[in-house]
Amino acid sequence: MLDDVDRQILRHLQGDAALTMPELGDRVGLSVARVTRRVDRLVADGVIIGQQSVINWHVLGYTVHVSLRITLDKTITRAFDEFLAAAREVPEVLEIQTFLGRVDVRLSLIARDLTDYQRLYREQILTLPHIADIEALMDVANVKTDMALPL
Amino acid sequence: MTLDAFDRRILLALQRDAALPTTQLASRLGLSQPATWRRIRKLQQAGILVGRQICLNAEKVGFGVTVFLGVKLATKGRVSLEDFERAIGAIPEVQTVDHVLGLYDYRLRVVARDLADFERVLRRRIMTLPGVGDVEANVLLSEERRPGPI
Repeated sequence: MLDDVDRQILRHLQGDAALTMPELGDRVGLSVARVTRRVDRLVADGVIIGQQSVINWHVLGYTVHVSLRITLDKTITRAFDEFLAAAREVPEVLEIQTFLGRVDVRLSLIARDLTDYQRLYREQILTLPHIADIEALMDVANVKTDMALPL
Repeated sequence: MTLDAFDRRILLALQRDAALPTTQLASRLGLSQPATWRRIRKLQQAGILVGRQICLNAEKVGFGVTVFLGVKLATKGRVSLEDFERAIGAIPEVQTVDHVLGLYDYRLRVVARDLADFERVLRRRIMTLPGVGDVEANVLLSEERRPGPI
């Protein structure tokens, strides 16, 4: 179970994952040794999965971001597995989510421009197996992106 | 900035583990430590590497439910988009807000302790915002992040 100090540590790391142990210790009022022990325990318990560098795809020339909402043909037993395996092979797919609801799968896809998107959509997406229906939503602006959990 | 094979491998490695020590990364790449460090700096200065994000297991910190919400505004034009964005972004359970073009106006990612808690957030905090029209909820079952076209 997490206590208040653990939550404080996680809050600070959510705000700035690059904090050093002395900086983090300062903020939560613990010695470096004690805060390091706490963080190590949070990692060992699987609470902290890791930390990732964030890549700005826009700077790399990917200006189009599309969300594809996909309904699969559920009369086919292996529809999910086969669809997901094929979707993983498309390099431009950044996220794959599965849902309980009206939509079965969401793919988050990036493309260099609209021409590139059209090509990707026709050659790589529409050819994925077992699609019953597909809707595309284009991202206009990312208003809030921090992904922080309200600890 | 055009990326070469080393840059791509650096991006792939740091995307998987941002805390990877430069010494380890350097030996993996067969580069010297200063050369690796200079390349990382260059990727940062070019704005390609834009920071680190910690990944937490949401379930283990008490958030068992994640829902993607499609929100359509009922009275476009009369409601200021900025007001809506500010109000929705201020709700702690709302992790991301994306303005989209298509079936919905906004896509929200919402976390909650359980479905009952989600219903509370939806009814008391989201549906009460001015201008909210049609809402579609899809409960997240699984999620994976891919490295992208590096």
